[in-house]
Order: sequence, then C-alpha cells, then structure tokens
Amino acid sequence: MYEHLETAKNKDSLKRVVIDPVSRVEGHGKVTLLLDENNKVQQARLHIVEFRGFEKFIQGRPYWELPVLVQRLCGICPVSHHLAAAKAIDQLVGVDPENLPISATKLRKLLHFGQVLQSHALHFFHLSSPDLLFGFESDIQKRSIVAVLNDFPDIGLQGVKLRKYGQEVIRMVSGKRIHGTGAIAGGMNKALSKEERDYLLTDIDQIIAWAVASVQLVKKVHRSNLPYYDHFGTIRSNYLGMVQPDGALELYHGGLRVKDAQGDTLFDHLDYCKYSDYIHEEVRSWSYMKFPYLTSLGKEDGWYRVGPLARVNNCDYINTPIAELERVEFKAHSGEAMVHSTLAFHWARLIELLHCAESIKELLNDPDVLKHEEPAKGERRFEGIGVIEATRGTLFHHYQVDENDIVTKANLIVSTTSNNMGMNESVRQVAAEYLSGQELTEPLLNNLEVAIRAYDPCLSCATHAVGKMPLQLELVNSKGDIIDKLVKHDTGHIERIQ
Amino acid sequence: MTKSVLVFGYGNESRGDDALGVLILNHIETHCSLESIDLLTDFQLQIEHALDLEQRELVLFVDASVKSDIAFEFTQLKPMRDISFTTHAISPASVLDVYQTMKKTTPPPCFLLAIGAESFELGDGLSDNAKRNFAHATKFIDDLLNHLTIGYWQMQCR
Repeated sequence: MYEHLETAKNKDSLKRVVIDPVSRVEGHGKVTLLLDENNKVQQARLHIVEFRGFEKFIQGRPYWELPVLVQRLCGICPVSHHLAAAKAIDQLVGVDPENLPISATKLRKLLHFGQVLQSHALHFFHLSSPDLLFGFESDIQKRSIVAVLNDFPDIGLQGVKLRKYGQEVIRMVSGKRIHGTGAIAGGMNKALSKEERDYLLTDIDQIIAWAVASVQLVKKVHRSNLPYYDHFGTIRSNYLGMVQPDGALELYHGGLRVKDAQGDTLFDHLDYCKYSDYIHEEVRSWSYMKFPYLTSLGKEDGWYRVGPLARVNNCDYINTPIAELERVEFKAHSGEAMVHSTLAFHWARLIELLHCAESIKELLNDPDVLKHEEPAKGERRFEGIGVIEATRGTLFHHYQVDENDIVTKANLIVSTTSNNMGMNESVRQVAAEYLSGQELTEPLLNNLEVAIRAYDPCLSCATHAVGKMPLQLELVNSKGDIIDKLVKHDTGHIERIQ
Repeated sequence: MTKSVLVFGYGNESRGDDALGVLILNHIETHCSLESIDLLTDFQLQIEHALDLEQRELVLFVDASVKSDIAFEFTQLKPMRDISFTTHAISPASVLDVYQTMKKTTPPPCFLLAIGAESFELGDGLSDNAKRNFAHATKFIDDLLNHLTIGYWQMQCR
C-alpha cells in the first residue's frame, strides 16, 4: 500500500504541484503532489474542495418532498438519490420492501436500470474512452468524445445512443427525463402504458447488441496490454456491495456483503438499516470528504471500495445470461479470487451496463410493469433508511422526522465518499510508480486523472455555468515561489505562464 | 411530434442562480404560445442532447453565466470542438459540434441566452442581481419568441 505517501515528513523543503480541478470527473477535486529536489514524490493527496451541505438542505422539509428534492443534489445521478429517498420514506409510512406492491418494485427497478445504463454509458464513452482508445498520454486534442466520434464514429455513436436510451427509460417510467416523480411513499406514481412499453421495446435488442459490443471493446483494450492495465493504479482492498439472498448481483434491494482482498467474506446479507453499527466515517483535516471504514476492522484496515468493481467482484453470479458469461471471464482473467485492478472498473462497469440492458428487456416483457397499484401503507414510523447500489456504489439515505412530518435529521453516505481512500491510494500508487523522478508534463499528470476517473467519482453536484472550470497546474519551489504554471482554458487551449 | 423551435433551459433549481435557465422555461410556459415551441430542461448539457437538435429550425439554449457584470448576452452559436474536460457539462457549442460530427451535416441555427449570475450555493434562492437580470431577460425572450425567424434573432445578437 501507499499510505506512507499521504503525509510527507519534511514538507518545507518540497516542491508542490497542484492539479486543480481534476477534469472529466463530476465536480471539483484537486490533486497535490509534494516533490523533493529530484522530483521524487513524497506526498500525494486527492482533496475534495467543495463542501456540499446536503443535510442542511434537506432538514426542515416535509418527508414527502424528499424523492423530488434530493434529485437536485446531483445532476449526474438524480434517479439514484430519488430511489434511495423513496425507499427511506416507504419506511416512514410503515412499508418495508417486501410489502411494496410488486408492480412498484418492478417499475422502480426498471427506472434504476435505465439510470445505471445511461450513467455507465456516459462515463465510458464520453469520459474514459478517449483515454482508453487514444492512450493516457495522447495529444490533448484527442482526449474528447468528439475525437472519438471522428476517429471511431460507430463507437462514439453507440455511446450517444446508449445514453439516450437510458434517458428514455427514465422519461417513460417517471414522466420526465429529470425532476420526475416516479416513486412515491409506498409505491409508484404511474405505471407504464402499453404504448410506452412498446416504444422502449422497439430498440432494446439493438441496445443489448451495443452493450455486448462495448464489453468486447473494453476487454480488447484491457487485454491489449494486460500487465499494464492490471497494475496501473491498482491497490488491494476490501469491497462492499449489495447482493440478493442467493448471492446474485443486486442493484435495487438486498443485503450488504463485504469481501476482503483475498476474497473471503467478512460480512454477508447485512441488514442495511443497521449500517451505522458497521460503518463509521473518519474526518481528515485536509479534505472535506470523509473516509468511511468498517468499524470492526478499524481505520487502518477497514476502508473499502464500492461500485462496479466491488459489485462484480462480490456477487456469486449475475442473473442475466450474457452478463453472467462476461462476469465469469472477468473474474478468471486475474488469476486471483478478486480483481483488484483499478482500470478493471471500466470492464466491470460495462458488464453491469450489459446486465442493465438485459434486465430492461426482461422487465419490459413483464406484464406487471403495466399495472398501476395503489401505494401500500402501514404504521407510521419516525425513522427511515434507504440504501441502493447507485451507479458509483452503495448509497445510503437516512432520515428522522418529527410528528409534523418534518425532517429533523438527515445522513447521506454517497458512493464516492466510500471510494475516497481507494482513490487516494490509487493516486499515490500512480504518483509513486509512474511519475516519481520524472519531469512533470501535462500528459504525465493525466495519468493521475486517469486513475481517479476509473472510479467515476461524483465530487460535486450539478452546478455549472458558462465559463467555469479551467484547469490550472502550478509548480512551486520550497520557498513557495511559483516557478512554472500551466493553465488549461475552457476552450481546451493550454497556456504556459512564466 | 417534434416542433420547429426548441428552447432548452438548463441548470439546477436548487443551486441559487443556476436556476435561471429553468425559470426562463417556467416563464415561457405561462406567457408564450407553445404552438411551435418545444421546451426541454436538464441539469446540464450532455452528448445525447445533440439528438434533440434534429428536425429543428431554431434552437435557443438558456443558461446562467458567471459573467455577473452583464444582465444577459444573446449570441449565435457555432460548432466548436470542446476539449475543456469540465464534464459537469459540455458547452452548447460543443453540443453543436457533436451533432455535426455525428450527423455529418450542419446543425440548425442555434443561439445562447446567457443570463448574468453570481451565486450557486445549494439551497439558496436567486441573488438580487440574478432577479434583476431575469426580469430583463424575460422581456427580451418574450419579444424573441414573437419573432421566430433566424433573421430577427440574428439582429438581436449582442
């Protein structure tokens, strides 16, 4: 492991390099490197520089607003927050998952598969395929989806259309592409109409075919330089994710499973409502993002990774046939019980994308998604916990309300927070093994961003405006003087300022 | 059925002035004829929005701008290769570029109404400046949507 690079001993004598903001991730992150006189990396950190204040935003609101309100926390995964909140408020009206109307469960799953499909497509085709197809240190002009559309038009177009299809599933199930009110306490607002179902069925076989092709593509890229891909940014960790009672991959509802780096199961089928008994969050002074860990293993050994790599590693099988074949091949390729390669996040992500496409077809052919059932009701409660496997990993929503239905306490653990330690470790691994001792250049620094991007982090939420987000890189000597500065403008133009 | 004009207001309603693009859509919905206008909203622009430009004669993007010293800016867009890697969103000009690259044809005439904004905090309402700028922008857009011709829109560019 590379924890020795978290904090350098003699900081005053070191040069400081800052990548601010990290690009092609969702939000605002910053990497700092401290180098000695021989450009050897002595410290590497990924900082999260925006404080979001989720809980403050939510407290004081009536609970029934939550599924719509929380969508605005994140412009990238609004449906994930919507569904986690919906599961939590089901409990507030006394409805446990097994008592939800069957049609509502299936419609929510359909909505979730649409979300995961479109989000995985966005990440792979838009954000990562330029690195994977053109190389991590390729000309900066090449590192965009438009370059992919130019040089690999079929692949680029498939990415756009996969993303669009996922958005259409969301629109049909929830009524809108964003701000939809699909899930409500105890059920769903509407069912699919026959016309909506038929509309989505029209393209689903093509979508599955493209999903299959995308897995073949990522596999080919990964295997084109297997030792490199299996080593780059790679760390050995614990993994946390949800599984069905029989151990199958589960994205919507199930128990939590934790496996260690050797593949031994540490916890299985944990009731997520008891998450606070198992998971604690550590605060470190240099980052706004907390560091969760498994309480029983402690801060040093208890950190874990979540998301596609964790889920595909943890599950016993996938219950859709083509994705299952791919999972078996994926697991076999490393020769270990667990796949630890950070770049294998991409491979696992596309296996999940394929699973979503297959599952969407299965659900569209299920007559239950056409049924509208009245929401279930039970005995009123004052605490609700909803957990789902969001695109980027396990997402926890926990609310307490008073007798006037007002939220008095909210606690959210978003997926990227669970990957905080993993991302930092990957940054340190890349810094130590690929950058240390070399003169830093922009393409070389892109390697750090490649490692972070593999996690598909969502560091912030949906703030944007014309003209924001240039990239700045500063090299500072031991006296604190800026000795070199690169600025990447929002047009992509890079300027060296002496 | 696809209508000939698309107004695409984007942003996050719960992040202060970032709501401006969405609020403009709410205004249009209640003040303008929608006979030939489709309204579309999202948190930010992404690659698949290039497909929303298909079969349009005029497209208007509406967004908050970090240029807080202006009430609003109205410009015609040209396809531009966006390699800014922001990934919160791609720019409107790069949506056009994706369209052009994908469809191998020129995109429809597209314009951007960028409204001056300054505050983007989660849970905040519009800033006083954004409220003033919004009032100016709605007057402008009411007039614009009464004249759905490229010639008139080009004359309004500033």
